[in-house]
Amino acid sequence: MSSEGLNNGAVKLSCRNIWKVYGDKAEQFFKDSQDQSNNPKARADSIRTAGHIVANADVSFDVHVGEIFVIMGLSGSGKSTIVRCLSRLVEPTSGEVLLDGENLLQKNDAELIDVRRHQMGMVFQSFGLMPHLNVIDNIAFPLKLQGIAEEQRYAQASRVIELVGLQGRESNFPKELSGGQQQRVGIARSLAVEPDVWLLDEPFSALDPLIRKQMQDEFLRIRSVLHKSIVFITHDFHEALRIADRMAIMRDGEVVQIGRPVDLILNPVDDYVRDFTTDVPWENVLSAADIVEQANGPTENKRRVSGDTPISELLTYLANHHDGLLVEDAHGTVLGMATARGVLTALASGCSNQISEN
Amino acid sequence: MSAKIGRGEIHWLVVIAITLICIALQDQWGWLSKYPQAWTVPFSDWLNIIINWMIKHLGWFFLGFSWLLEWPIKAVRWVLQSLPWGVTAFVFCVIAYVASGWRLALFTLCSLLYMVVIGYWDESMNTLSLVAISVPLAILTGFIFGVWGFHSNRAERVIMPMLDILQTVPVFAYLLPILLLFGFGTVVGLVASVLYSFPPMVRNTIVGLRSVPAEVIESGLMSGASKSQLFWQVRVPNAMRQLLLGVNQATMASLSMVIIASIIGGTEDIGWEVLSTIRKAQFGESLLAGMVIALMAMVIDRITYGLATRTDDYQNTAADTASNTTTRTLHRYRYWCIAAAGAVVFFVLAQIFDILQDWPRHLEWSPAKTMNDGLTYLVANFRGEIDSIKKFAFFFIMLPAKIGLQQAVSPFTWGFELTQTHRVAYVIAMIAIALLCMKRWNYKAAIATLLFAIFFYIGLTNMPWPAVILIYAVIAWKIGGPALGIGTLTGLAFIASSGNWPEAMLSIYLCGIAVIISFVLGTAIGIWASYNDTVSAFVRPINDTLQTMPLFVILIPFVMIFKIGDFTALLAIIAYAFVPAIRYAEHGLRHLPEDTLEAATMIGATKRQLLWQVKIPLAMPVMMLGLNQTIMYGIAMLVITALVGTKGLEQSVYIGLSDGNFGVGMVAGICMAIIAIIVDRCTQAWSRKRQAELGLNPI
Ligand SMILES: Nc1ncnc2c1ncn2[C@@H]1O[C@H](COP(=O)(O)OP(=O)(O)OP(=O)(O)O)[C@@H](O)[C@H]1O
Ligand SMILES: [Mg+2]
Repeated sequence: MSSEGLNNGAVKLSCRNIWKVYGDKAEQFFKDSQDQSNNPKARADSIRTAGHIVANADVSFDVHVGEIFVIMGLSGSGKSTIVRCLSRLVEPTSGEVLLDGENLLQKNDAELIDVRRHQMGMVFQSFGLMPHLNVIDNIAFPLKLQGIAEEQRYAQASRVIELVGLQGRESNFPKELSGGQQQRVGIARSLAVEPDVWLLDEPFSALDPLIRKQMQDEFLRIRSVLHKSIVFITHDFHEALRIADRMAIMRDGEVVQIGRPVDLILNPVDDYVRDFTTDVPWENVLSAADIVEQANGPTENKRRVSGDTPISELLTYLANHHDGLLVEDAHGTVLGMATARGVLTALASGCSNQISEN
Repeated sequence: MSAKIGRGEIHWLVVIAITLICIALQDQWGWLSKYPQAWTVPFSDWLNIIINWMIKHLGWFFLGFSWLLEWPIKAVRWVLQSLPWGVTAFVFCVIAYVASGWRLALFTLCSLLYMVVIGYWDESMNTLSLVAISVPLAILTGFIFGVWGFHSNRAERVIMPMLDILQTVPVFAYLLPILLLFGFGTVVGLVASVLYSFPPMVRNTIVGLRSVPAEVIESGLMSGASKSQLFWQVRVPNAMRQLLLGVNQATMASLSMVIIASIIGGTEDIGWEVLSTIRKAQFGESLLAGMVIALMAMVIDRITYGLATRTDDYQNTAADTASNTTTRTLHRYRYWCIAAAGAVVFFVLAQIFDILQDWPRHLEWSPAKTMNDGLTYLVANFRGEIDSIKKFAFFFIMLPAKIGLQQAVSPFTWGFELTQTHRVAYVIAMIAIALLCMKRWNYKAAIATLLFAIFFYIGLTNMPWPAVILIYAVIAWKIGGPALGIGTLTGLAFIASSGNWPEAMLSIYLCGIAVIISFVLGTAIGIWASYNDTVSAFVRPINDTLQTMPLFVILIPFVMIFKIGDFTALLAIIAYAFVPAIRYAEHGLRHLPEDTLEAATMIGATKRQLLWQVKIPLAMPVMMLGLNQTIMYGIAMLVITALVGTKGLEQSVYIGLSDGNFGVGMVAGICMAIIAIIVDRCTQAWSRKRQAELGLNPI
C-alpha cells in the first residue's frame, strides 16, 4: 500500500492510538498498559460486551502539511467523534493527538483555548451559526472572543467574506440565507483566525446535490489559495474522490484502510471498502499510470501517453491494439505498458465475486 | 372479552370487595367513616412552633430585609404617580408598538384611556409599581436558580420539587408566613409575588440553556470561547427566546399574585379596590376595577409575549444596511429616541394642559351605578329562572356527588323517597351496565362503572376514608407504577392524619364535578373548532382573554348573579378550567399523522367513524394533557373560591390566613398541593404511557 504517495511534507497533525469509549468509568479499560499490545479489535469487542459504546478504537493517522485528508465511513462509524477528538471537543479516553509534535491532550484549558483561537478552524454539518449575529458578526465572532477591536475584526472578516463570495450580505442574519450561503458563513468564520489546521465535519451533507457540487468547487478554490492542512469528513465517496489527497475508511470506530483514493479502488482490503468504491466511475478515476505493467517486448514506434491521462480516453485505442501503449511521466520517462489486460485487472480488483480459474 | 380473569381484574375485585366491606361496617365502627380526632397528628401545631421560633430569633433579619425592599417600591411608585398620565401612556404605546405593531399599540392606548377615564389611574400605577419591582427580582432569582439547575443535576433534583410545591401550594397559605415574617405593608405582596413568579423563569431557563444545539456550542468552543464567554455569548443569546418566554410567564404570575396579595395588604391598589367593592357588594364597581386588571394583564402579556417572539428579531431592516454608521446607530435606537422625545413633549404639554397631568374628577365617567341597577333589575326579574337553574344543579348533580343518592334523594329534592325497590333496581341496573361495558370494551370500563356506582350512591364525603385511600392508591399504582402508588398512599395518609380528610373530600367533590364538566364541554368545543375554522377563530381570543384574566375577576360576574355558595364556585371553576380542554383537544385533533387519516379514509371510514375510532384515540394523549391542565386550572380557581364561601380545604387555608393561624392554613395548603401533585403525576404518566403505546412522538 503506497500510503505516502503524494505527500512528503512534514506531519502537521497526528493521532496515535486514539480510543474513545462512552459509558461510566470508561478509563478502567485503559489502566494496565501491558494490555495495549493486544489486538484492538478483540479489545473493542470486550469493551462492548461490558456494555460500553466504543466510538473510536485505536485510530491512528497522520495529516501532512498542506494535505487534504478525508475520513469516510458509514453513519455511526465514529467519524465525527475522531474529528472532535482532534480538536478536543471530545476528550479521548486514551491515545495521543500531536499538533506540530506537541500533545494536545496535555494542554490545559487556557492553552487549549489558545490553540483553538489561532491554530484550528472547524466547519460543522449544520453550520453552528449564532442566530443572533449577522453575517459579519458571525464571521468576526472568534476575533471578538479574542478581544480584538471592532474596526480591526471587521477588516479581517471582510477579507474572508470576499474569499467565500458573500460580499453584500454582511448585515444579513443567518435565517435570511440559504443553506449554501450559511455554510459559506461557517467556512468564513472558521477561516477568520487564519488557522493552520482546518477540520470539516460533513460540511456539505446538509446541502442539496447541485449546491454541494458548487461548494466543493469553492472549497477546492479556497484551498488552492490558502494551503492548509485539512481533515475533511464525508460519507460520499464521489466527494472524497474529488478532493482527497489521501483518505481513511472507518468502520465501527476502527480505521479499515488508509491510502490514496486510487489505492482504495485498486487494492481494497476487504468487501467493506470495496462496497464504497463499486459505483465509482473507475474509468475516470484511474489514470494510465495506475495500470502500468512491466514493459516487455519492443517499445519503439509505440503510441505514448502521459501518466495522468484518464483511462476512459484510452479504451477505444486499447480495444483495437492488443499490444497496448507506452505510458510516460511528465519528464518523458517511460513508466511501463498499458494494455487491455491491465485495465481489466484493475477493474477486477474493484469487484468481488469473481468466478474461479477452472 | 375472554373469560379468563387476569391479575388486574383480581386486584380490582379485591379493592371493590374491601370497599363494600368498609361501607357495610362503617355503622358499627365509627372510625371507618370518620377519621378519629385522637389519631390526628398535630402538624399545624408543630408548624406554628417553628414559625414562632423564626419570628422570635430571625425576625430582625426579615424586618430589615423588608425595610430595604420598601425603598425601591416607594421610588417607582413615586415616579409613576408623579409622571403625568400622558407621558406614561405614550411610553407604553411605543413599547407596545415595538413589541408587536400598531394593533397592540392601539389596544394599549384604549386600555390606558379606560383606566384614566374610569378613575383608577392612581390605583393602577400602584399595582404596576409593585409588578415593576417584583418582576426583575423574580427574573433574577429564577435565572440564577435556573443556571444552577442547568449546571448541576443534583441541584436540579432539589430545585424541581421545590418549584412544584411553590406552584401548587395555594397562594393564601404562604401569604401568612410572609406577613408574619416581613410585617404588614407592600413588601408582603412583593415577596409573595416573587416567590410565586420565579418558578416559571427557572424552568424556562433550564429548558432554554439545555436546548442550545450541540453544534452551536461546539462552534463556540472552536471559536476559542472561554467558559464565561461560552455562557454569556453563546448559550444565553441562543436561549434568549425561551428566556423571554420565561419572563412573560413570570410577569403574568407576578401580576396575578400582586392582585391576590392585596387581600392582606390594604394598600391603594387595584386588587384592593376589587376586593373591597366585592365585600361591599358593589358589583358594578368591582367589575369595572376587575376590567382594569384584566386589561393590564392582557397588555403586559401581549407586550412581553410580543417581545419574546418578535419576528423581525435577527432580521434586517432597510436602514441597517446603510453604510453610514451614525444613521445606523440612530436607526438602531430609533424607538428609544421616539419614546424619549415623545415623553418630553407630553411632559411639557401636561404643564400647559392640565388634563394630561391629572384627569379632572368631573370628567371621570363610571357606569357602575347603571350596572348595579341593571343587575338588580336582572336578578329581581329572573329570580325564578336563576333559582331553578341553581336548584337543578344542586339537587341532581352536586348533592348526589357530595352525600350520595342515599341521602340526596328525598321528597323535597327529587320528589320521592328512596325505597328498597329503588335500591335493588339501582344495583341491578349498575351491574348490568358494568357487564355491558365488559362486553363492549374491557374490564377497566366495567370496574370504573362499578366504582362510580358505589361513589354515587354513598357520596364522596360519606365514603369510608380507608377505602378511598385504597382506591386512589391502586389507580395511581396501575397508571404510574409502584412508586406513584406508594407516593399517593403516603400523601393521602398525610391528609387523613392531619385531620383534613372531610375538607379534602369537599374540595375533590367540587373541583371534580367542575373538572368533568369543563373537560367534556371544552373537548366538545375543541372538536368542533378542529373541524371549523370560523369556530376556531372565534374561540381563540376568548380563550386568550380568559387565560390572562386574573382569577378574582372571573369570580365577579358569577357572584353578581348567583350570590355566594358552591354553585357560584362551580361556575367560576368551569369558566376558567375549560379553556385548556378546548386548546388541547383542538391542537391534538389538528395535528394528527396525515397518512393514518388518509389510510382510514381510503378504507372507507365515515366521518363519524373517523372521529371516534381514529382521531380521538390518536389524539387521546394530547387530550389527557389537556385534562391535566384542566385539573390544574380548576385547582387554581378552587383556591380563590374560598372567597365565596366554599367549605373545602381552600376554606381552611383562607381561614388560616384570616385567623392568623399559620399552621392550620399551611397544613391545609400542603394537603391541596398533595392532591394537585398526585393528579398531575397520574394524568401525565397516563398520557406518556398512551403515547408510547401509540408510538407517537412526545409533545
Ligand atoms: N455523547 C455520546 N454518548 C454515547 N454515545 C455516543 C455519543 N456520541 C456518539 N456516540 C456513539 O458513537 C458512535 C460514533 O458516533 P459518530 O457521531 O462519531 O458517528 P459518525 O460516523 O459521525 O456518524 P454520522 O455519519 O451519522 O455523523 C455512534 O455509535 C454513536 O451512537
Ligand atoms: Mg457525524
